[in-house]
Amino acid sequence: MTGAGAAAGPGPAAASVAAAGAGIASPPGPTGPTVLEVRDLSVRFRPRGRDEVRAVSGLSYSVPAGRTVAIIGESGSGKTASSRAIMGLLPRSAQVSGSVTLSGTELIGLSPRSLRRYRGQDVAMIFQDPARSLNPTMKVGPQIAEAVRAHQKVSRAAARERAIELFQLVRLSAPAQRYNEYPHQLSGGMRQRVMIAMALSCSPKLLIADEATTALDVTTQARIMRLLTELQEQLGMAILMISHDLGLAACYADEVVVMYAGRTVERAPVRELFRNVRMPYTSALLGAVPRLDRAAHTPLPVVQGRPPDLSADLAGCPFAPRCPRAGEKCADRQPPFAEHKPGHWYACWYPLPDGPDAADGSDGPDREGQR
Amino acid sequence: MTEPLLQARELVQEFAVRGQGGMRGGVVQAVSGVSLDIAGGETLSVVGETGSGKSTLARSIMQAPPPKSGEVVFQGTSMRALRGAALRDARRSMQMIFQDPYTSLDPLWSVTRIVAEPLLAAGMRDRGKRRQRVGELLEQVGLDISVHGPRRARELSGGQCQRVAIARALAASPALIIADEAVSSLDVLVQAQVLNLLEGLRTSLGLSYLFIAHDLALVKQVSDRVAVMYLGRLCEIGPADEVYGNPRHPYTVELLDAVPRVEQAELGKRPAGELPAGALSTAGDPASPVSPPSGCRFRTRCPRAQSRCAAETPALTVPAGTGPAGTGPAGTGPGHLVACHFPLTDVPDVTGHEITIKESGRSAS
Repeated sequence: MTGAGAAAGPGPAAASVAAAGAGIASPPGPTGPTVLEVRDLSVRFRPRGRDEVRAVSGLSYSVPAGRTVAIIGESGSGKTASSRAIMGLLPRSAQVSGSVTLSGTELIGLSPRSLRRYRGQDVAMIFQDPARSLNPTMKVGPQIAEAVRAHQKVSRAAARERAIELFQLVRLSAPAQRYNEYPHQLSGGMRQRVMIAMALSCSPKLLIADEATTALDVTTQARIMRLLTELQEQLGMAILMISHDLGLAACYADEVVVMYAGRTVERAPVRELFRNVRMPYTSALLGAVPRLDRAAHTPLPVVQGRPPDLSADLAGCPFAPRCPRAGEKCADRQPPFAEHKPGHWYACWYPLPDGPDAADGSDGPDREGQR
Repeated sequence: MTEPLLQARELVQEFAVRGQGGMRGGVVQAVSGVSLDIAGGETLSVVGETGSGKSTLARSIMQAPPPKSGEVVFQGTSMRALRGAALRDARRSMQMIFQDPYTSLDPLWSVTRIVAEPLLAAGMRDRGKRRQRVGELLEQVGLDISVHGPRRARELSGGQCQRVAIARALAASPALIIADEAVSSLDVLVQAQVLNLLEGLRTSLGLSYLFIAHDLALVKQVSDRVAVMYLGRLCEIGPADEVYGNPRHPYTVELLDAVPRVEQAELGKRPAGELPAGALSTAGDPASPVSPPSGCRFRTRCPRAQSRCAAETPALTVPAGTGPAGTGPAGTGPGHLVACHFPLTDVPDVTGHEITIKESGRSAS
């Protein structure tokens, strides 16, 4: 297999995904088959001599083919730990429970050896820092060719050809020349394109982008996100986007999962979420996003305090101590994470009022000192 | 008109690099003839991509290292001729906050010692007085000396570290604070807290700020004026409302287009063809500062470039074809200067997206 079709259309492996999920090309179309299904995923760390840390508790979501799901949260919210659990990249000391299925195959509990078959082949990951993800002593082209040969039985020449095709696919300028360049000769945006090329080398069904554009300039970020969207339309892959930036999710995701203190607090299709925010934490995040329509010298809405210590027992809602809407119930009883409206899930005892019309007069309490 | 707090005139900074490992050697033209003023109590933001020379500009202003040519006049004193103790004295009123809060604080020092050091350097010998002042400074940034004072940087969160860095900067009673990407690496909620803190200090202490950032959205809330920089030169400078609401340089428009906007969630996810930066998807990397393009340095990326752009360097002026400064919807407001041969004339107000979000009643304006 040389993957000759990749530049022109879906590659061989992607073609099977595309065939299985009809109508994935246009975003408003029907949902494709589920590629990734995460059910009740929990991750615990037990650092030596210290209390157990519950990094992720009861996380559930699914990613259909051809769609992008964004997991949004601050540092320490468990978003990265959960994505590493999917890839089996956590240290052995981490206790992972729950279920992660990739196109029907359970990944949790697989031996490292069988996991390696999926990793890179069916699921690929791109990281925040492309400079540190590439081998600095090796030319970038051979790094891609090596990734190709690790999963496919092809000759060296064919792997080289495939690498150059992949460079074309990710729109690196002068691909044949880039093949023989070292990572330090490339700019940050070009390095991230190389990482994407490597991730796509086996036509994965799922691409995990963990803060893939955070370290890049806004203009480069826009170009990389556009590239990923184009590749998704072309190859039909599912994208799991891990980010701290709700603005990025607003522009490039189909569905958003908001995490706080290791738990999911709200989950909804992107339009529904931004139109009808129900969970006060999501609303606070939304209020703090840097925006171009913000007037100068007006205070930003802020929430005081910090996320809770994840080693302590949390009886109630993890956001309760910082929440302007919190009542007595919030401190001792955890609100269930439930589907309150088709597709819109949240965990809150006193949610913000629903709907754009209801919001005007009554969304005051969530915006402490804002007006 | 009163004398500005800071005047930078035709600053030029260059660094010689040796060629190695396939890289060509030469002279990096990091800053090429940049002039700007900052008035007392004013916030100027300098925005540009990596490699635009914005951090080098800030350091040239600090005289660390001094620029190759050009002059910085700060509080009426030219800093060019100053050396040694005189330079240190002049520089004391100009303090800097950096991007990475962890690496800009000494990991072995307690918070109290970090904040007390500038006081000691300024000659405050009395221990008790010093401690009292450190307490006041920490309180100003929302920390408590009895709780946070004895801690080391690693025991603090990113936001707290940045607060300590701000307290350290305030210890020298500066008139100008240069914040080089000071909030870029913080989580949004913490970012909002720190930006509010800086805003509060501006009003209570009458500070001026020079904000360095790569994201126009991030500095919108704090800026009085904005300068856009590309490959060592200013593209556009003017009052914030003008630059955001009436951008005239193609690069400013590209930067504005690239900002992901929460208000776009109203439209749902768009197909790739409708996303910005399409025409530039391959040609988008900045040219090398070692051999910058002739004429206008942005021309290799510019959709409006013509032969004149390669031949002539555009000067930073009131754009041609407009009336006297401050007139007409097609003109530019006072103090709005653009370096472009073919400035945009009819630009839709990119901040106009607020209309859609306001209808939804969830605007955080």
